[in-house]
Amino acid sequence: MMHSILKTDGNPSEAIHSLLRRLLDAGIVDSLLVPLRVAAGDNTVQTLVRDPRHLAAMDPLAPVMPVTTARLVSNITMTGIKERVGVVMRDCEIRAVVELVKLQQAKADNLLIIGVDCPGTYEVRDYADMLRHGVDAKGELLSQVAGGDIQPHAGKTFRTACQMCEKFTPSHGDLRIHIFGDDPRERIHLEVADVLAEKLGLEPGQPVEAREGVVGDITRRRTETRDRLFAAFRERVRDMSGLQAYLSTCIRCHNCMVNCPICYCKECIFRTPIFDHESEKYQQWAARKGAVRLPTDTLLFHITRLNHMVTSCVGCGMCDSACPSQLPIATMFRAVGQEVQALFDYVPGRSLDEAPPVATFREDELEGIQ
Amino acid sequence: MAETEFEPRIIAFLCNWCTYTGADLAGTSRIQYPPNIRVIRLMCSGALDPVYVSKALLEGADGVLIGGCHPGDCHYQTGNYKARRRVAILKSILKQLGFDEDRVWLRWISASEGRLFADTVTEMVAALKAKGPNPLKGAWDI
Repeated sequence: MMHSILKTDGNPSEAIHSLLRRLLDAGIVDSLLVPLRVAAGDNTVQTLVRDPRHLAAMDPLAPVMPVTTARLVSNITMTGIKERVGVVMRDCEIRAVVELVKLQQAKADNLLIIGVDCPGTYEVRDYADMLRHGVDAKGELLSQVAGGDIQPHAGKTFRTACQMCEKFTPSHGDLRIHIFGDDPRERIHLEVADVLAEKLGLEPGQPVEAREGVVGDITRRRTETRDRLFAAFRERVRDMSGLQAYLSTCIRCHNCMVNCPICYCKECIFRTPIFDHESEKYQQWAARKGAVRLPTDTLLFHITRLNHMVTSCVGCGMCDSACPSQLPIATMFRAVGQEVQALFDYVPGRSLDEAPPVATFREDELEGIQ
Repeated sequence: MAETEFEPRIIAFLCNWCTYTGADLAGTSRIQYPPNIRVIRLMCSGALDPVYVSKALLEGADGVLIGGCHPGDCHYQTGNYKARRRVAILKSILKQLGFDEDRVWLRWISASEGRLFADTVTEMVAALKAKGPNPLKGAWDI
């Protein structure tokens, strides 16, 4: 990997636009999946671009994530692609892609990962609200990344998952866009695979010393928030009534499952006829127990989703963002995931070479389990 | 009048080739053991999705017994290794959510171990009697 510096002359988006446009123009990739500002101006969505003219609306540093890119990478690579596609992603999305590749739901060949530092994202509705009121949410954050004192816009908060995210710099990718520790309105720093750097004609440059300290500070603050939220969850959920209270307003829409990058099953068990019980059964259960909450199996849904996917949970928080009842699902899944993943010394998204815990085993392990 | 003693209800998921056959051997050998167990036969302990164990507990089962071949002896080579991992994950999740993960037992019992099967059930019934009934019995708001 080589370090290079991109001068931005006051317009970081434009600088990244030129760089990524070069990828298309030079034929290094045949298409790009990049965040584009929508015509209405109040959202930024991933768009698969082949015609470079569309790149003018590129907004890769927009602090919003309506959909996790990992799911989209699965869509566009699953059945195999013959041409190279470049995908702009923040680290939680990259880690989810790594998990999906290992779970055979996406293919890494012909995929050029373009990682981006992430100072945090807002909920879609908050971001839209700010933009409609003329707030330069992205600009505000970019002015904070040099020193690392990242604060949300007054009256708004970052998504909970972002507040507790300790892994916000790209962990994979042949092209990594770094903004922490320096002013992106003057310079953006790039870590680039040597071969790619040569093709792009990038000159070597000095990394900025302040970056490590800035990233370290933010990581420490986020870890503290994370531990505080985990402790609060563990305090709330210590028995059945705690769990029931935690999930009391779940409406069984399954949005958390639908939006989770790791929940890839085309037929989730909870969407199959297994749970279309015979009408008489409901009366039997109500007769045995006195009453039965409908729809049935709400706790079972969350417990089962934990059992099926928590080993690969990357903490992106799409579950939180998608929940109409604003249940603190991301906190629950990350907290439970922390201990489950530790059982196997597994870190989701760390490496393409590490099999997910549910997809492998060792003959000599877990002897005490009984 | 003495109170009726609590009789635990155990749901048992037993693998066809080993534990189920071992249970059958206990029967043909006329070994006496407590009748508190309801058996569900699977082809392999590795075929057991944790949803069934969770469901059994939520419906008020006092204990869930998962029986499979000894590691290394799985009829399908590796199913029981996967079962072992799944049970480890399930127990961690149950414990973290405030359930009693000791109500779920994973035991390796082979086809020739009829006595071991009977002893396991006896042991489990005693342990569950000591614990008392599953507090989730009759839970309807779940």
